[in-house]
Amino acid sequence: MLNSVPKSTRPVRRVAAVVVAACLLTGFGAAAAAPKRGGTMTVSYQNDVSTLDPAIGYDWQNWPMMRVLFSRLLTYKPGTTDLTTDLAQSYTVSPDGKTYIFKLRPRAKFGNGDSLTADAVKYSYERVVDPKMASPGQAFFHSIKGYDEMVAGKATHLSGVTVVDPLTVKVELSQPDATILQVLAMNFGDIVDPAVAKKYGKDFARHPMGSGPFMLKEWVPGQKLVFVRNPYYFEKGLPYLDKVVFDIGQDPLVALLRLQRGEVDLLGDGIPPAKFVEVTHNPKWKSQVVVGHPLETSYLTMNTQMKPFDDVRVRRAVNMAVNKKHIVRLINGRGHPTDQVLPPGMPGYDKNYKGYRYDLKKAKALMKAAGYANGVSTELYVYNTDPNPRIAQAIQADLGHIGIKVALRSLGQAQVISAGGTPKTAPMVWSGGMAWVDDFPDPSDFYGPILGCGSAVKGGWNWAWYCNKDIDALAAKADTLAQPNEVQERLALWRKVFGAAMHDAPWVPVFNEVQYTMHSKRVAADPANAFSDPGVFPFNYARIYATDGK
Amino acid sequence: MVALANNVVVHLARHKVSTAAALVVLAMIVAAVFAPWLAPHGPNIQFDNGLTNSGLPVPPGRVFPLGTDLMGRDLLSRMLYGARTSLVVGLAANAVAVFIGTVLGVVAGFVRGIMGAAIMRFTDLMLAFPALILAIALAAILHPTLWIVIAVIALVNWTWVCRVVYTQTIAISEREYIEAVRSLGASPLRVVLRHLLPHLVPTVIVWGTLGIATAVQLEATLSFLGVGVQPPTPSWGNIIFENQAYFSTAPWLVLLPGIAIVVVALAFNLLGDALRDVFDPTSRSRS
Amino acid sequence: MIGRYLGRRLLLGVLLLLGVTVVTFILLYLLPADPARMIAGRSATAAAVERVREQLGLNLPLYQQYLHFLGRVLHGDLGRSYMQRVDVSTLVGARIWPTLQLMLASIGFELLLGVTSGIIASLRPRQAVDRIAMVLTFVGVSAPQFVVGIMLLYVFAMYFNWFPMGGYGSPIHIVLPALSLGLLGSGWYSRVTRSEMLDVLSQDYIRTARAKGAGPWRTVMIHALRNAALPVVAMIGMDIGYFMSGVVVVESVFGWPGIGQLMWQAIQSVDAPIIMAITMVSAIAIVMGNLLADIVALFVDPRIKLR
Repeated sequence: MLNSVPKSTRPVRRVAAVVVAACLLTGFGAAAAAPKRGGTMTVSYQNDVSTLDPAIGYDWQNWPMMRVLFSRLLTYKPGTTDLTTDLAQSYTVSPDGKTYIFKLRPRAKFGNGDSLTADAVKYSYERVVDPKMASPGQAFFHSIKGYDEMVAGKATHLSGVTVVDPLTVKVELSQPDATILQVLAMNFGDIVDPAVAKKYGKDFARHPMGSGPFMLKEWVPGQKLVFVRNPYYFEKGLPYLDKVVFDIGQDPLVALLRLQRGEVDLLGDGIPPAKFVEVTHNPKWKSQVVVGHPLETSYLTMNTQMKPFDDVRVRRAVNMAVNKKHIVRLINGRGHPTDQVLPPGMPGYDKNYKGYRYDLKKAKALMKAAGYANGVSTELYVYNTDPNPRIAQAIQADLGHIGIKVALRSLGQAQVISAGGTPKTAPMVWSGGMAWVDDFPDPSDFYGPILGCGSAVKGGWNWAWYCNKDIDALAAKADTLAQPNEVQERLALWRKVFGAAMHDAPWVPVFNEVQYTMHSKRVAADPANAFSDPGVFPFNYARIYATDGK
Repeated sequence: MVALANNVVVHLARHKVSTAAALVVLAMIVAAVFAPWLAPHGPNIQFDNGLTNSGLPVPPGRVFPLGTDLMGRDLLSRMLYGARTSLVVGLAANAVAVFIGTVLGVVAGFVRGIMGAAIMRFTDLMLAFPALILAIALAAILHPTLWIVIAVIALVNWTWVCRVVYTQTIAISEREYIEAVRSLGASPLRVVLRHLLPHLVPTVIVWGTLGIATAVQLEATLSFLGVGVQPPTPSWGNIIFENQAYFSTAPWLVLLPGIAIVVVALAFNLLGDALRDVFDPTSRSRS
Repeated sequence: MIGRYLGRRLLLGVLLLLGVTVVTFILLYLLPADPARMIAGRSATAAAVERVREQLGLNLPLYQQYLHFLGRVLHGDLGRSYMQRVDVSTLVGARIWPTLQLMLASIGFELLLGVTSGIIASLRPRQAVDRIAMVLTFVGVSAPQFVVGIMLLYVFAMYFNWFPMGGYGSPIHIVLPALSLGLLGSGWYSRVTRSEMLDVLSQDYIRTARAKGAGPWRTVMIHALRNAALPVVAMIGMDIGYFMSGVVVVESVFGWPGIGQLMWQAIQSVDAPIIMAITMVSAIAIVMGNLLADIVALFVDPRIKLR
């Protein structure tokens, strides 16, 4: 998923899952004391929060915030990517996999005391699908009955979502969908207070009202946001903190200095690259560093419709010429080299997959076979924010070794995305800063939108303009396998899909990023990886507590 | 002409500071022109031993006299090659800006009336012109070259010179002796050249030299937005721009190109003062 | 007289504003970045993107889009941000007052540091004081904003603990960001003041005044400074426009909620409504700043006449 607001200082991300339960370096493991209640935490962010409307928000900064302002039928168990019920007390699935019935928690309330009923659920889903909303989450709901009519403006309601009684919702699908529960667990499935949403209309983004552990108390544009405990929150004992203050507007480098002085408790933007080595090598600070593993792959696309990359031999040669280890060293080891599309930890990731090995000799031979013995010139588009231009320069030097002379086009994010999605414009794109991170932990999310024929269109995200009808058919087949007993068969199919795609080599998968941030000694988390919780990556604000609380 | 050259030589011989300045300027130009012969390494070679194991740049030392950058490249070589971009931008772009600004400022301030008002309102327009947006649009449409950078910098910077020169021209024109000269029947051109311009020379020197420093920095911003030199081509501005967040870890990456910019601008400033003395001997009493 | 002059300048200012909006609008239109696609999200179908485009009116011809924009602006509506989906007037409005404060304080520091050092340097031309001032001036103008800001933060906030580590609110918060900008910009004032002072000091009538025994400080203050003030006033007028369009780096080092960071983010994501609004704000500031400078010049030097 791409966030809609480019962040100028840090690669873009929004992740709903993480590979390994992180927190390698923190001292808050099993020995951590019982969480305390009360206290305040200050979190630093450079950029102002773009929106807190769950139908709109889609970036790494607002995602975990909306996670604690709202709740939804399903969510992930704290510290894992395992689905569990949240607002729903229980649910049932029909044998044909097309009807879901959710029983809501009785007495669930919004932060203002309004009762949360089945009507609110129906209202919230319709709000996301409503074309007037222009929600980036709209398409996730495509398998719900009545979606097409509503999107086309022929219906004002989703016929597939029915209020059976105040505490029962029925969701009917037009076809089995292996991912629908994951979709309802995304923020696009957040339940909003219909009364408040109607009152504020489009300004709901600044006056959000949900049933999560926190509620928004104050938002001073460009300066700060204050979240306070929601007194009506249904889960006893949560949140731990009384208040979370988001301090907005300062450079991450200064934020780090302030954390070291005790003025900030958590670096929202992570450890600035310039200070990364210094901080992680310093015994004084090491114990406060948190490691997170987003389900992300950073890759290089080669436009299969443009010379010289219309020749699979050239694309394979490039795969063999990029020195991934060197690139990871350039970014101070904040990543792991990879040879495949799916990141480790994503279901379907193939541990045994052998990709293209670094082999200059073979690469040169392939170039020669393709008729480029005398070299060839091309262009690489890259997002202009560090470290991406540096990585692009490393790739440029690597490709120089096999006779590919690369000119760089270092541009703003919106322009790179636009060039990638325009036919025959960008021969190569480095995905860093716009890299594909998952919407939910399912392999389908890494094929259709970035490698499928349907997205090899103007404005699409398939920047390799790769289209293989046979593989598309395999992928389509995989997604109809929605029954629980078909999971293994489905994953095997997905492995086949990605293996076959990489045989055509439209990409060079380069590395999976590892993220580092830091917290003060004043705060701790339960479970310990709530600082990089895979379900609400990166922060589970509701489960962080103040060590000086009660 | 020979006499003038003679004047210059004599002057330089007499003034050590001016001589030093002239030598610095000469050295910089030589460095830029002969970079391929002077540089110990290629500017874009990424050395494996140019980075520490944790991927940090190497400080100045025996192998890399001025240290390396974040890609493990030799900073000395990059600065020598970077002088090419930076001197062209700092001198050419800035000279164009100062020239346009001075000419328009003098015309507006001396002629005044509708013509003057039109020029000054045009200046307002150009000041308000969204140059960065223009740069981004150009970056998307054209292939990046240094010429666009020079054009954009000239477009942005002349307005400041123009407004300052304009106010000075007005003030000087109102001085009694200018009125006197004019009433004696001197042609306007003669008044401008003989009695107005000499007073504007200091301003031109201020802008012509301080402007070098700002133009070099503006080039880095424009290149970042995609119009100027693209990586890995070095310039002093983009070396600073790319590395400033690292200045506490690797201060040489910011300090050395920064010093280079200051030294060039200062040298031109001193040289400007010296040349003014040569051309206008009376000015020595003034300054 | 002054009324008519003001009226004419303001009318021209409105025309200028119109011109700037047209140019910016065209440039943004030419940019190959598709806001509808960015809004609809990466999973949206082509049809969904098309619907968003229609909703925003981005499917209309350029001139119609501009007229719609103009119509809205005349009704006081600056539109909604594409990315944040909030009224632009809210976003920009919240940042205008902090930007104005920082502008005034920074210009204050520039004048304090620049004019003072310029005067001192001009009294001892080409001597040690003058040379030191000159070197400092060039260092200041050449120094990267980020480095200057962080250094001040290190020294005065972290080491001495005299000032907060950035933020906005009390008057004490403004000192370091304004000082950073003052240090960076004072060089221009210093050099211009110096050269103007020298120019005036060499005038015959000043020499006469000196010869007649008027003390050096009196001559300097009354005659020279008044003349040196003219270009300085012109520079202040332009600084008003410059600072009102935002100073990104210093703002982000000190967490100052000014217009610069908003503009920079908007430029990076091609958030056209925000870019249009801020371009208009800075155009207004430029017109007003220059007008103000021209009027102040009248009082500084009564010989100048309005044309």
